[in-house]
Amino acid sequence: MSEPKFVPKTIYVTYIASTPEKVWAALTSSEFTTRYFFGRSVEIEGKVGGRFAMRMLDGRFDIKGRVVEWDPPRRLQVTWAVDFEEFRDLPESLVTYEIEPLGGSVKVTMTESHQWDVPDAILAGGRQGWPLILSSLKSVLETGVPITIDVPVGPPKQMIDAIRQAIAAKPWRDAGSGR
Amino acid sequence: MRSRRFQFVTYIATTPQKLWQALTEGAFTRQYWFGQTIESDWSLGSRVVFRSGSEVHDYGEVLECEPCRRLSYSWHVEFHEVFRREKPSRVTFELEPTGNEVKLTVTHDQFEPGSKVRDAVSNGWPLILASLKSLLETGRPSLLTSADKLCGARERAIALAESAA
Repeated sequence: MSEPKFVPKTIYVTYIASTPEKVWAALTSSEFTTRYFFGRSVEIEGKVGGRFAMRMLDGRFDIKGRVVEWDPPRRLQVTWAVDFEEFRDLPESLVTYEIEPLGGSVKVTMTESHQWDVPDAILAGGRQGWPLILSSLKSVLETGVPITIDVPVGPPKQMIDAIRQAIAAKPWRDAGSGR
Repeated sequence: MRSRRFQFVTYIATTPQKLWQALTEGAFTRQYWFGQTIESDWSLGSRVVFRSGSEVHDYGEVLECEPCRRLSYSWHVEFHEVFRREKPSRVTFELEPTGNEVKLTVTHDQFEPGSKVRDAVSNGWPLILASLKSLLETGRPSLLTSADKLCGARERAIALAESAA
């Protein structure tokens, strides 16, 4: 069976007055992620094939994956499986961070890629979350103060409905065998 | 069929009033918007002009203006002939207070099919809005202004236009 082909579906670019090393530390150490990533602490083994997970405030993990690329302080790619209730049966996605120095600033590009034709209703979760996470990352690095808005509790209902439909139909099976 | 819209969301630790001022006053835009000064009286149908020094870079017309909440104007890129040939597109800013911050949603749409303006603004908005966020949160957009020079957003836009010509 061939390797699944991942297609970028959501890209978010920001520029941060910081250094690549500090951005890398902010992405890979829990003392930072707890401040800007909805309170989650990252656990990551710094090597290709290493374990990756995000732990919620209550101690449970909701994201699990493994390190695909580990190139500090420029490029980090992890597989991303949501280990949480309805999401559990969905195929994993890929999240890539690219860090490029530009003068006194750093360009950070986050790309979320999928191996199946994900409906917009499911992508909506990430498209709601990433701008908040990455705006907060920028604020933490530039001002020391994260974005503090009330975090929406759980994913939007339409997203859950779309996930239930997808899990019932499993469209990625056809897509996988067809490629 | 028109080209698909470009949308970008950011959260800025400021007030809707300060963000509105930063979007509508030239003294602010000059600091974070590639050095350009915006000019308009913001009445419906009034002209909106972006100037770099004395040169008119872009212009448009006010389509919607609800202070501190919503602003929309048409957008005609003037500074290069490839962009100048395209019909005006439209940009809309929505400001929503979220407690200590403001959620800013920028939607740029109504592009022509195969629009080169869309490619150019898709590169430009993340940089402009990152610089705006830094200016309002730290008072310092300058690092990003130098980043703009180094990554040559304007030069890239011109190269893009010429590759299409």
